[in-house]
Amino acid sequence: MTGAALEIAGLRVHIGVSAILRGVDLTLRSGQVQGLAGESGSGKTMTGLAVMGLLPTGATVAGSVRYDSQELLGLPPRRRNALRGAELAMVFQDPATSLHPMLSVGVQLTDHLRHHRKLSRAAARERAVELLGRVRVPDPGGALRRYPHQFSGGQRQRIAIAIALACSPRVLIADEPTTALDVTVQAGVLHLLRDLADELGLAVLLVTHDLGVMSAVADRVAVMRDGEVVEDGEREQVFTAPAHPYTASLLASLPGAAGGVQSLADVRALGAS
Amino acid sequence: MSETDLLEVTGLRVEYRGRPPVRAVDGVDLAVAAGQVVGLVGESGCGKSTLARAVCGLVKPAAGTISFDGAPVGPLGLRGRSAALTRLQMVFQDPYSSLHPRRRIGAQIGDGVRAAAARGASSPAAADWLERVGLDPAWASRYPHEFSGGQRQRIAIARALAARPDLLIGDEPISALDASTQAVVAALMRDLAVDSGAGLLFISHDLSVVRLIADRLAVMYRGRIVEAGPTEDVWEDPQHPYTRALLAAIPVPDGSGRMPAPPDDDADYSLEPVLR
Repeated sequence: MTGAALEIAGLRVHIGVSAILRGVDLTLRSGQVQGLAGESGSGKTMTGLAVMGLLPTGATVAGSVRYDSQELLGLPPRRRNALRGAELAMVFQDPATSLHPMLSVGVQLTDHLRHHRKLSRAAARERAVELLGRVRVPDPGGALRRYPHQFSGGQRQRIAIAIALACSPRVLIADEPTTALDVTVQAGVLHLLRDLADELGLAVLLVTHDLGVMSAVADRVAVMRDGEVVEDGEREQVFTAPAHPYTASLLASLPGAAGGVQSLADVRALGAS
Repeated sequence: MSETDLLEVTGLRVEYRGRPPVRAVDGVDLAVAAGQVVGLVGESGCGKSTLARAVCGLVKPAAGTISFDGAPVGPLGLRGRSAALTRLQMVFQDPYSSLHPRRRIGAQIGDGVRAAAARGASSPAAADWLERVGLDPAWASRYPHEFSGGQRQRIAIARALAARPDLLIGDEPISALDASTQAVVAALMRDLAVDSGAGLLFISHDLSVVRLIADRLAVMYRGRIVEAGPTEDVWEDPQHPYTRALLAAIPVPDGSGRMPAPPDDDADYSLEPVLR
């Protein structure tokens, strides 16, 4: 399936008088990982939050976010809540804060399943075990009775992903999902995200500042600056022949990128420019 | 260890209270010579920050010795440290918390200049230091909140260097910065330290930046240094299985779509060091 799962068009967000997003256009497709890159403050997290309807109070939003031929902006809260967590799910940067510290993993995994899908306790538990197995948390049955602090950072992020997947959403917004993880643990979570898109046909919006991560898993890459998408294209093209000078300047500062800094002399030249 | 080693750490062990005690640093030998840049890399919890804190006296070692220019480094107390030890300066990870929010940056850099003067060393004025780290000297009268993260870290570097240290320690000094400024700030630290003849111990989890600026690399795992050697040797031809896994896990921003190697979840690497 290559149809658009989610279409963002002319998305604008203001907080007070400052424009946070100035007309963002992005299309998420099923089975595809759409990367959203940019430096801190560029608006990439706000884009994810606007899609989920989780913008901070006081933010005003305009433009269009269409899911399944349905306009999400301006949807009554009841209808929005019915979609959030069920059809559209989100994974946050820090699993230490996104998971509730005092509720068992089992409760956090089955709560919204029972709410959205009206599953019985037993059926929800069965689904929870299946999900934990899917994200490769060892001993899924035992894990349900344990609490977040009893897991490592990587395991916690896998649990957060399992929670997001519980109701079989079609769209997953992953906001810096590996930034808080060690590089060896990150590799495992990246493989998992790629598999989810490939096997479940999930449309993934991967928000990250790490272009290495982007290069590994994204099919398409969009680059944001000051609330605008300055470039959006196929991964390989964006990395090897960036169309926008800003993308080129980001790559030029990275060790290992094509045209990136390869030696101390390169870095010095970059610093002097 | 050569004659010129400024910092000499031998058999260092640091423990945190607990049952059983957590041995954060478990028998580490490390040396930094004048004018040398040593990169210490490892993942969270490997003990690299504890090692840095022990080296500048912020935590008390359980065993082992730390000597700086031949004299032991004692734990830091409530009183300021002796003038001699101001030759050892540190740059911390988070420039939002390491600078005083209510003092002008010129005054904070001035602290470093005065520390140098107290030892009889000469140090240029605060404004000159700002210029050296690539900032406008006229900004000396501003406060930290008026600067971006990258600029603040440059200010923290200027403050540390204004004390004219013989050894500069950076504990993850670039990890709070945007990717586009990381390599530049790391190179700036290297150049300013080396130009003044100081040694630099640069601690980071980001191997791809560290390898650009370090003369030697030390890889830490579970409280020990498992591999150490000249940067090129370690980067091009890692010998220890943990170093290999660490290097293989770094995603390369080349647009190829190549996945980093997935970790072996049950990996329990040998602690036998490879030293070159």
